[in-house]
Amino acid sequence: MTDQPQGLIVRKPGFLSLLQDAGRTRVMHLGLACGGAMDRHAWAWGNQLLGNRYGATALEVTFGGCELTCNLNTQIAVTGAAVTCTVNGEARPLWATLNLCPGDDIALSAPQSGLRAYLAVRGGFQTEAGLGGSCATFTREGTGGLHHNGKPLQTGDVLPCPPMTHEAPNRKVPNHWIPDYNAETALDVILGAQVDRFPACALESFFSESYELSPQSDRMGVRLNGPALEINGERLISEGISLGAIQVPADGQPIILLNDRQTIGGYPKLGAVTPRSLDALAQCVPGSKLRFRPTSLHEAQRQEQTFLRFFNQ
Amino acid sequence: MFWRYEVTGVDTITLHFGEKIDVALVSTINRAASVLHNTLGERLLDAVPSYTTLLLRYDLLQDDLASLVADLKPALDSLSTAGNESAKPPEVVDVPVFYDPRVGPDLENIASRANISVEEAIKRHTGRTYHVFAIGFAPGFAYLGQVADELAAPRLSTPRKKVPAGTLGIADTQTAIYPISSPGGWNLIGRTPLTLFDPDRTRPSLLEAGQLVRFRAISESEYTALSGKLDDLPWETAAANAKGDQK
Repeated sequence: MTDQPQGLIVRKPGFLSLLQDAGRTRVMHLGLACGGAMDRHAWAWGNQLLGNRYGATALEVTFGGCELTCNLNTQIAVTGAAVTCTVNGEARPLWATLNLCPGDDIALSAPQSGLRAYLAVRGGFQTEAGLGGSCATFTREGTGGLHHNGKPLQTGDVLPCPPMTHEAPNRKVPNHWIPDYNAETALDVILGAQVDRFPACALESFFSESYELSPQSDRMGVRLNGPALEINGERLISEGISLGAIQVPADGQPIILLNDRQTIGGYPKLGAVTPRSLDALAQCVPGSKLRFRPTSLHEAQRQEQTFLRFFNQ
Repeated sequence: MFWRYEVTGVDTITLHFGEKIDVALVSTINRAASVLHNTLGERLLDAVPSYTTLLLRYDLLQDDLASLVADLKPALDSLSTAGNESAKPPEVVDVPVFYDPRVGPDLENIASRANISVEEAIKRHTGRTYHVFAIGFAPGFAYLGQVADELAAPRLSTPRKKVPAGTLGIADTQTAIYPISSPGGWNLIGRTPLTLFDPDRTRPSLLEAGQLVRFRAISESEYTALSGKLDDLPWETAAANAKGDQK
């Protein structure tokens, strides 16, 4: 008990709980995925409430079911999916700072809406950054995370927390900033140059009909079921893949490539979903109906800059 | 020098330097990446070379498309006029390989497809210098080309569930080494004792786009002396061959 590091002790890891931050930079050319929090909006708010810098490491809890015990005085915030968060069995608010004492038990239930909850701690979880300057966990690569081996949280893991140096203010996110994850999701798409690979009728159905999020989706990519898209021509020469790229394989069912995507690939790409829309997509459960709408690069850049500047002040 | 760009995401553009796979593009793209790193510095979050392209990811806190292209254009245009100014000769990486059916279960098939002996197939595979066209599929997985036409072979119709790290394969006219144990559909012809990817090294990936690679055949004793492994063989024939009737 004495030489255990200060932090949150994992009693139950849940379905999939991963340490995540803003992801890697400058290593994609080595074949390393980017990673990072899937819903940056919820993740960044958690850190913001606690006065952490943008990019601090937090816990991404997919499908809930995570139970932890605290062994120090600290502050946490739970944001994102509408889980029931309890401290010692008592329900506590989401999107707000919670004060914890040694011995407190924290539990996150399965979500009523949304998919991924974020648990941020004051100062951020203290793990050594790996490749690309990131602490993110990469299960497919077997890199990063608490033990630098890509493993999700396991029972008995201790998530190291910094000591709290002074009394911290209690804060909550204003209600109008808290998304309704039950609302129908329309995703903004920047059309790419390869759009001329698709006949007009394919674009017409892509933007007018809805697609269902397939259960065969993960942090690499979201598969969609809906009207098959016709493609002119075959595979392209492999090239670097952008975040949110909508690639269309031979079966015509689009795949949106996400944070843990492979770095290069050769399927034709219709365009890319904007990062702000990917934040919303990260909270969509399998079976969700998705619609797409075209946006301009200018508008998408303006929206993304607003987001980054707000959390990087 | 020809180049054009395409918008591929909110913070990415893809530079195109040609329309088809060509060894000459490898050094062009490598020089472009190097001049852009010098010009843009911290403004560049990633630069990912591939066969004909260079994907750039930039920082929207510092740039938008217009400001990026304004600085990128003169840098790339100067490259085209100055030609081969201070370009360093590409690095040549020597890769020892134990070519043997025990670690390369498709070696005999590759040779028989080409109507040549296994020894001749090894000679032809080691007899040329390969270019690293791109890294992808997995950390440190380098696509090398081009193999001699007669050694080219399509991917297996059913990929193997597990290919050990270090295994060398051929798919179409490309050759590559699996950096980590993973599923794979390439025709396997040997194994290197070298570690292709190690996160704790200063340069985690042994191979990077733009480098040249020479394969060198080594004997079983050299292979094991270099800590090469013969265990964890996934293929059925491994046990029978290990009894020792090779060559």
